[in-house]
Amino acid sequence: MKIVAICGAGVGTSAILKVNAERALGRLGISADVVASDVAGLATTGTDAQVILTSPELVERIPRTNADVIVVDNYFDVSELERKLDQALG
Amino acid sequence: MPLPPLPDSAIDLGVHAADWRTAVRLAGNALRRSGATRDSYTERMIQVIDEFGAYIVIGPGLALAHARPGPDVLADGLSVVTLATPVVFGHPHNDPVRVVIGLAVETADAHVHSVAELANIFNDPEAIPALANAATAEDVWRVIGATDVPRDVSAPAR
Repeated sequence: MKIVAICGAGVGTSAILKVNAERALGRLGISADVVASDVAGLATTGTDAQVILTSPELVERIPRTNADVIVVDNYFDVSELERKLDQALG
Repeated sequence: MPLPPLPDSAIDLGVHAADWRTAVRLAGNALRRSGATRDSYTERMIQVIDEFGAYIVIGPGLALAHARPGPDVLADGLSVVTLATPVVFGHPHNDPVRVVIGLAVETADAHVHSVAELANIFNDPEAIPALANAATAEDVWRVIGATDVPRDVSAPAR
């Protein structure tokens, strides 16, 4: 399974999302490949993604997708990520 | 991978900013003062927010100001600016901002790793309030776990 963490300026805040998403997945016992990308790169990195993680500010910029889009408020709250990933994948 | 250096000159505590642009500019000025960036990097950090919105406010009260690597990044660096009065950036959940971290890196790979390192620090919910209330650079270093690595500011700019 592939999960893409999105940010605006390329490889910035998406790296934090990636690290904490991997932690949350570990807690859930789910194995997945988490990739950091920017909005522009989503066209290539996102085609086979099952889940897209992003900020409330960037949701509208995500092109139409079959992936579940998860909006993360606090990038440092692993529990929030765990809850939302569990809802989407569980 | 360790965080970029956070020298004393890149720490600015309890300063006043009228709006988010000024707050980001202060974080950029701190990066420039420490020798990490040129002024144009500061403007690029502001452009990121103009273009993509306040998504850089990644936790309650914390903004991570940054732009892509470029020729105006002279060395990897961090800056920390705390605001005397919290400033609204326009984030639906994490406003108002009390701490602005400026981040500049020379390569995209370094960017990924150093930002990931910040996740380890701020996963502790106490870290943002501790930074916001820091009175001295030592208080900041205690939270960030960084050290005051002196940078050779006499080196010619590339």
